[in-house]
Amino acid sequence: MKVLKLIIIFIFFLPLSTLNAEEFDKRNKITKNLRCLICQGQSVYDSDSEFANSLKIVVDKKLEEGLSEDQIYQYFKSKYGEWILYDPGLNKNTYILWLLPILIFLIGGAIIYKSFIVKK
Amino acid sequence: MKNKILPFPVIIIFGIIFFIFYKGLEDSKIYTPDVNTKKEIPVFNTKEFFSEKNVKSSSIFDLDKIYLLNIWSSWCIPCRQEHSFLLNLNSHNKLNVIGMNYKDNKKNAENFLKELGNPYKEIFIDFDGTISIEWGAYGVPETFLIYNNQIIKKYIGPLNQQLVDEIKLLIK
Repeated sequence: MKVLKLIIIFIFFLPLSTLNAEEFDKRNKITKNLRCLICQGQSVYDSDSEFANSLKIVVDKKLEEGLSEDQIYQYFKSKYGEWILYDPGLNKNTYILWLLPILIFLIGGAIIYKSFIVKK
Repeated sequence: MKNKILPFPVIIIFGIIFFIFYKGLEDSKIYTPDVNTKKEIPVFNTKEFFSEKNVKSSSIFDLDKIYLLNIWSSWCIPCRQEHSFLLNLNSHNKLNVIGMNYKDNKKNAENFLKELGNPYKEIFIDFDGTISIEWGAYGVPETFLIYNNQIIKKYIGPLNQQLVDEIKLLIK
């Protein structure tokens, strides 16, 4: 009987704890991607300022409401603008940022190809 | 031949990289909020400051009226400086000054109002700072000018005489 009880308790708590852990991971991931606006070079996750603490509560609330990660980012973007996100999207202000590495890679590749492979 | 061609693209690439980093130096790394775009005011539930009754945001803000929402706290020093300007603005009959008490202890907040006067027609509480985030605020004090449920203008930091004149001009 005792064993049965333990098993029931175990089964009852198992999905609960894994769910919480998942939510916790998600929350950490999201807050790491949000910039703490009043701190210098810190994410919301790292900061313990008043603003960051409130933001963490809001992220928790939004997760509880069932919003996805992207929806939460969109929500904060609409409130504070692109600056709050650490991962900037591709737009007219950031296209150099996104395309430059590819461009440098291609030019570099072309130089190597020309100077070493063609020469041989 | 090889020595003449190779340095040329290398110089160009370094030139581009230098240019981008140089431009990057000029960019502000401090958050500069967008203060001029009109936004709908958020919908939220909160508590009234004195009675601690639950209130809805829709019952605080009516259409066709001009509101000035001020986020304040008793622990915030610049709030003390701007308080006289809020009292001044409250005497304006077109303008309804609303207070949002940000992360405060009720006793301290009440003493603050007793000491300096109460410029607010209504006050509601933002106990954990989440309502401020709904408003897109990131500190105290912050002031919003609202008309027809839209944020017309946002002022970050304490108000001063120049801003008070500007607000008076805007609501005319």
